[in-house]
Amino acid sequence: MRSRYVLWIIVILTLLAILIDSPKLPALNLLGKTYQLEFPLKLGLDLQGGTQLILSTEMDRIDSENRDTALESAREVIERRVNLFGVSEAQVISSKIGEQRRIVVELPGLQDASAAAELVGKTAQLDFREMVGTPSAEATQSAQALFDTFKPTGLTGADLNKAQVTFGAVQGGRSGPQVAIEFTAEGAEKFAEITKRNVGKPLAMFLDDVPISWPPPTVEQEIVGGSAVITGQFSAEEAKNLAVQLNAGALPVPIKILEQRHIGPTLGQESVNKSLIAGGIGLLVVVIFMVSYYGLLGLTASAALVIYTLLVLAIFKTGLFILPPITLTLAGIAGFILSIGMAVDANILIFERMKEEIRWGKGKMVALELGFKRAWTSIWASNVSSLITAIILYTLGTSIVRGFAVTLAIGVLVSMFTAYVVTRTFLRLIIR
Amino acid sequence: MNLMKYKLFYFVFSMLLILPGLYFLLTSGLKLGIDFTGGALLEYKFEKSLDKNELREVVEKNGVEVGQINDSGDKTYIIRTKPLDQEKIKEIKKSLNDNFGKLEERREEFVGPVIGSEVSQKAIYALALASLMIVLYITFSFRKVPKPASSFRFGIAAIVALLHDVLLVIGVFAILGKFLGVEVDTLFVTALLTIIGFSVHDTIVVFDRIRENFLKNLGGKFETVANISVTQTLARSLNTSLTVVFVLVALLLFGGETIKWFVVALLVGIISGTYSSIFNATALLVWWEEKLGH
Repeated sequence: MRSRYVLWIIVILTLLAILIDSPKLPALNLLGKTYQLEFPLKLGLDLQGGTQLILSTEMDRIDSENRDTALESAREVIERRVNLFGVSEAQVISSKIGEQRRIVVELPGLQDASAAAELVGKTAQLDFREMVGTPSAEATQSAQALFDTFKPTGLTGADLNKAQVTFGAVQGGRSGPQVAIEFTAEGAEKFAEITKRNVGKPLAMFLDDVPISWPPPTVEQEIVGGSAVITGQFSAEEAKNLAVQLNAGALPVPIKILEQRHIGPTLGQESVNKSLIAGGIGLLVVVIFMVSYYGLLGLTASAALVIYTLLVLAIFKTGLFILPPITLTLAGIAGFILSIGMAVDANILIFERMKEEIRWGKGKMVALELGFKRAWTSIWASNVSSLITAIILYTLGTSIVRGFAVTLAIGVLVSMFTAYVVTRTFLRLIIR
Repeated sequence: MNLMKYKLFYFVFSMLLILPGLYFLLTSGLKLGIDFTGGALLEYKFEKSLDKNELREVVEKNGVEVGQINDSGDKTYIIRTKPLDQEKIKEIKKSLNDNFGKLEERREEFVGPVIGSEVSQKAIYALALASLMIVLYITFSFRKVPKPASSFRFGIAAIVALLHDVLLVIGVFAILGKFLGVEVDTLFVTALLTIIGFSVHDTIVVFDRIRENFLKNLGGKFETVANISVTQTLARSLNTSLTVVFVLVALLLFGGETIKWFVVALLVGIISGTYSSIFNATALLVWWEEKLGH
């Protein structure tokens, strides 16, 4: 009988879901290698605490064809700063809404909101520094002290015209990628003067107070004409990044904070705990209601509801291995809990239909099949309208609303499966 | 049970429910949160309970315009102000520290005015688009409905029911805003869209039954068919609402302060949605049929 196969599929899916949902899985030992399978639930900033910033870039002074590049450079500069700051799992995303170019920075777990704002809000600054005096004994020990022996020359990113990747002879006669820089007329003058007084000495480039290309190159002769080449042990990728960063320094895009949200860690943790309790109680009440009102039928629906909860959680955690894992926000959790109440709707529709069919004199088995068959049009039509809402929410929403829309859509789809297929399979096997 | 007999009474009842909210909506409007207006929201937990006026004075001494201060329980206070920069927030925190001892940062939110107006625009756009798509969907999926009914009327009736629910919820929040200072935010818009989904979901189930009973050719007037259909789906409508209301009440009681008003909006909307799918959408179809014929 077909229901038997379906039952096995349901059992396997449920077991898989339990495996994925369990907090920590035992390590797997396969062919001498250990695999630690773990699927953590990805929590949004509002639940795990952290800081989110939305930045606007002011592009008035930049040609329209260069704006996208400028946005990308600005994003990379910020990402580099954030990484230097040591925030794990930080995300820096650029977005374009109409002519507005924005950068969204998410710093999970970061507690110091003002530090984040300062870190991100500064404009990238490239600056050339010369060594003053001889390094002290201490400076040979610590990198920071060594950096401190370099003093600004007054030549900055503002004097840079552009930077680009070229190929040419690098140290040892080999050929490799390097970064060619070109100064403005004024910058070229300054550069000539600086190189003249620093022949035989190192000249360092600092980007936002962090040196690039360390140890610094040594000036071999006075450079006139306003162009120079930065050589080093670059890979093509690194050279490109450096050029991009230099361009960002040379083309500073003023940045303004449009929105900043900072959530302390306790608020998020409390929200998670409270929602879990509320969800558990909600689930329990629905189960009690279904069993007391529909008896055996209700019990089956409750089993399907528990399977629903397990499956949805597993999908949140894995994204079905196709989608990226779903980031759960507070609104998303509320949507999920709401969906527990709505998931039994299809069952209620079906059971009410079965009752009617029995009232009209149909046998139990016939009523069962008719109940499922005839309730289907209602279930389908009503769920499609919910999906339409979810899609509109997703396409128009902000990130909070999007999280809610995704959980709503997953809930609708999974509930159609559990309330319809799972319950029907169970009932076909129970009622004979 | 002849539920459709009293249809005019239902319309009057709905009007009575909606009018007070509508009055406050038109006179004082919704109390818009910083998501819409731009501004700052600071939530701090202190070591002891504070006097709200004292708190306000200390914050205002920094030259900050304070909008509202709410006690969110457990020595925690929410301070709303005009937009602030990071420096100002630092200053405020310092002066709070000096005056009231150590504080724990729970939330610091700052929304610029640009984002705020964008959110409002998007919200209105989303509500309009969702309504339009749903009329189209219903008109399409009920296209096979037999004469004398027309599928377009089903779509319009569903939208009227939906507007009823949305207006009621917005009205309730206009009243809550006026008397309790409850603000609406992005979550409120999410709640409205969810209510739209649920309202239509509910209406479609009733309409689907009307369509089925028509096809069975039970004979008689439209009113009779509609009445039979509503009676048949009544148990389902009530039970589904109940299960949803159960989980929402659980969320309201145990879900914490942050989503409290979001849950209240959903509760009002879900209950209204169940009511309107039977007593407004279906009653309207019957009334339309009687007054205007096919």
